[in-house]
Amino acid sequence: MIEIFQYEFMQRAFIAAVLVSVACGIVGTYVVIKRIVFISGGISHAAFGGIGLGYFLGINPILAAIPFSLISALGIGAINQRVKVSEDTAIGILWSLGMALGIIFVNLTPGYVPDLFSYLFGSILTVPISDLYIMLVLDLIIIGTVFLFQREFLALSFDEEFSKVVGMPSELIYMLLLCLVALSVVVLIKVVGVILVIALLTIPAAISKQYTSNIRKLMALSVIIGGLLTSAGLWLSYVFNLASGATIVLVLTFAFGISYYLRD
Amino acid sequence: MTLNAVEMKNISLKFNEQSILHDINLKIEEKDFMAIIGPNGGGKSTLLKIILGLLTPDTGEVKVFGREPKKARDLMGYLPQSVSFDHDFPINVFDTVLSGIYHGLFKGYSENDRKAVINALKDVEMEKFKDRQISRLSGGQIQRVFIARAIVREPKLLLMDEPMASIDPEMQNSFYQLLSKLKDKMAIVLVSHDVGAVSIHVDKIACLNQRLFYHGPVEDAKEGLEEVYNCPIDLISHGIPHRVLKEH
Repeated sequence: MIEIFQYEFMQRAFIAAVLVSVACGIVGTYVVIKRIVFISGGISHAAFGGIGLGYFLGINPILAAIPFSLISALGIGAINQRVKVSEDTAIGILWSLGMALGIIFVNLTPGYVPDLFSYLFGSILTVPISDLYIMLVLDLIIIGTVFLFQREFLALSFDEEFSKVVGMPSELIYMLLLCLVALSVVVLIKVVGVILVIALLTIPAAISKQYTSNIRKLMALSVIIGGLLTSAGLWLSYVFNLASGATIVLVLTFAFGISYYLRD
Repeated sequence: MTLNAVEMKNISLKFNEQSILHDINLKIEEKDFMAIIGPNGGGKSTLLKIILGLLTPDTGEVKVFGREPKKARDLMGYLPQSVSFDHDFPINVFDTVLSGIYHGLFKGYSENDRKAVINALKDVEMEKFKDRQISRLSGGQIQRVFIARAIVREPKLLLMDEPMASIDPEMQNSFYQLLSKLKDKMAIVLVSHDVGAVSIHVDKIACLNQRLFYHGPVEDAKEGLEEVYNCPIDLISHGIPHRVLKEH
């Protein structure tokens, strides 16, 4: 097993796995306890519009995905609060709009579009160093924001109405939480792709939630479990020569099944 | 002159073209202990939410201690009728009660806040459960925790929506004792559909069924109640609690 660490691309892949597990453990905890899994799925698919825009403009698709997924997160939140459209309808619309825009942008891009598939299904083995730096910065932003707003995020997740009553600016805090989801989607895209992002945002936290009832321990455990399972998936995909993103998701799902069985 | 806790003028609210509240004028004084009673669907919870600024009326004006409701939230404590939270939400009793205190963004909790939480938990006899995860409590215990959350920052106006709904019978007496201890410090408003049970404890009653039929001292409430419920009622202000529904 040691020899795989001799390859530089494998070293980078494992660093990516660690960076990913920080985002999915911390933000995934809120995604699971606030029950915004479907919203997060919408944001991650809408982010594909940003990937397409990046190709079209000739800039790094990951960088283009940052403003795009932030705007779609704010859009879902704003529609939810201001317009009389049910939340899941709003998500459905933005979900497909983002994907459609991405496809149109790719259509409009002259010539062949390389590694488009890696953004759809992930490609942890080809993460360039520059993307690792982007992921690191986004991770630090996520940690800092959660540290500053942990009281508000917890109160909002537990009882949104009551958080308003005690005087929290709950609507703004909710928007901020959706922005964190958007940033973690960007962190995760390179590893599992927009289509599979939601697995990493939910499964590690869902496993950990069965073993602790303290939110800080829940976050820490989710980070550790996410890191271990992503690395295990990465290793298996190397050994059996399988698609890395899909293998990671299979490992996560299998682990969830086992943990659920063990708990009862 | 002292400020009234709540002043409502000509409040009306419709929801999907259906009138929920119609032309409500209500005054709650600084140390009032009032029960808002009326049938289900009569708009009682809606009225509380308007006072809290969670709902905005279509017409009329609300002032809470002379301010807009949203700007008076630091003076209000609230017990919702029900809280829908995740069955295994990762929070314990202590942190749940602590969430009843809020000083603003970037402002953490002090040692005094933690003491206030312990005192509130003592008031509802839940101190020994302070580290217990909230989902591992009974319905009555959870209700007591939420009562502690409502009173922890010593509000000037305490709004409680059906507080007796899930309290265990043996807790009812100590609950009313707690309220009689608190009523010198704050205005208390209870929402209930159980007229008799509540009328022996409170000082004032407001009868609400879309319109406000009566509000004033308990002793004079009989007529208003009959209008609200459309049936004759023996209102006993001292003695055994009577239930409206038993009259049918």
